[in-house]
Amino acid sequence: MSVKEMTAKEVAEKVINKDELFILDVRNESDFNDWKIEGQNFEILNTPYFDLLEGVEEIMDSVPTNKDVLVVCAKEGSSVFVAEMLSEAGLSISYLKGGMKAWSEHLEPVKIGDMENGGEIYQFVRLGKGCLSYMIVSNGEAAIFDSTRNVGIYVQFASSIGVKITHVFDTHLHADHISGGRKIAEITNATYWIPPKDAEEVTFEYSPLEGGNVVTIGNTELDILPLYSPGHTIGSTSFVIDEKYLLSGDILFIDSIGRPDLAGLAEDWVGDLRETLYNRYRELSDDLIVLPAHFMIIEELNNDGSVAKPLGTLFAENHGLNITDEAEFRQIVTANLPPQPNSYQEIRETNMGKITPDDEKQREMEIGPNRCAVR
Amino acid sequence: MNTDKLLNAKGLACPMPIVKTKRSMNDMETGQVLEIHATDKGAQADLAAWSRSGGHELVQSTEENGVFKFWIKKG
Repeated sequence: MSVKEMTAKEVAEKVINKDELFILDVRNESDFNDWKIEGQNFEILNTPYFDLLEGVEEIMDSVPTNKDVLVVCAKEGSSVFVAEMLSEAGLSISYLKGGMKAWSEHLEPVKIGDMENGGEIYQFVRLGKGCLSYMIVSNGEAAIFDSTRNVGIYVQFASSIGVKITHVFDTHLHADHISGGRKIAEITNATYWIPPKDAEEVTFEYSPLEGGNVVTIGNTELDILPLYSPGHTIGSTSFVIDEKYLLSGDILFIDSIGRPDLAGLAEDWVGDLRETLYNRYRELSDDLIVLPAHFMIIEELNNDGSVAKPLGTLFAENHGLNITDEAEFRQIVTANLPPQPNSYQEIRETNMGKITPDDEKQREMEIGPNRCAVR
Repeated sequence: MNTDKLLNAKGLACPMPIVKTKRSMNDMETGQVLEIHATDKGAQADLAAWSRSGGHELVQSTEENGVFKFWIKKG
């Protein structure tokens, strides 16, 4: 039997199509428990490769013969090693090309909808890390929001649909992933925007993103209205786009809300977070489609692979928006928080321009789940 | 630290550092210490987990200029 290569893109398609897949994850147990590939119809077994050096007999009975089987490891080497043994034992096996590193970086573009006066909005779903970024297109121009560091994907996508990137935004200073915003702006001569309150320590030039200033792309056809919404960071800014979409950054997610502690100031920012979620957002139309910068669990994906829901639905269903007692809210978002994202301090410093790690180091810093939310 | 045997696994990618460690260990006596040098970052967590699951003791580990050193006592 032969060993086949499966790309991160093929795995992403299986997640979105809710296909069946059996994954044998051969990383060590703690890496596996920290973070793994998830799909609604995926079955997963963790047996570290170093327990299989003598042979794969002990797991042969656990590996199904009636569905696709994918062996996964951190980088690729060990999964090929185990896949070859399983193949010699008579099974048809694939391994994940590039391992969990490739899975962490893969972006899947999904069209969310059309704009009132022409143009479209696309969501770039980073399934492996739960990061969501956006491209809004209107009359030959494009704006990008909360991009990941794989800037080539956005630049190529823009060129494939024949638009020029003119504005690049970060809704806040990210702590879980390295922003590609500044780099895209450099490559395309676009304007890079970040909230000044999050940018006090940055080492580069930027345009200050503040509530009230309206940015237009595509010859006055599309207005991007920033809405100051502190709480995850002090500068966090949301966007109302075309009176139809609410880009909520890391303040509000589909099934959770932003955590206020990643810049070390949970106690100070919890009040801002409550004000944003319970007052400012309440004043907005229930019909706005919420487009967050993250998802946490695979159940937050819609059938087409997108992550989006009306604001009214979130007010009804999201637990974080339904804690009437302020003291209880304070308790929930400042105590018992999940562990902080891997290397979050170094990631913040990279996004400020204070340090410039090489590509390999950046990749390692980003390994693992995003953990920007509290449920 | 007393070392009974030295394994140079520098430049090797996963799974080879552990494959070679296991092979070296097979030729050693209980209580002897194997010193391993590796450059693959993944070796850190994996060697620790492998030692535990195999009943060996990871006595010490260091990192210097991108080289990871491990001392494992055979169990």
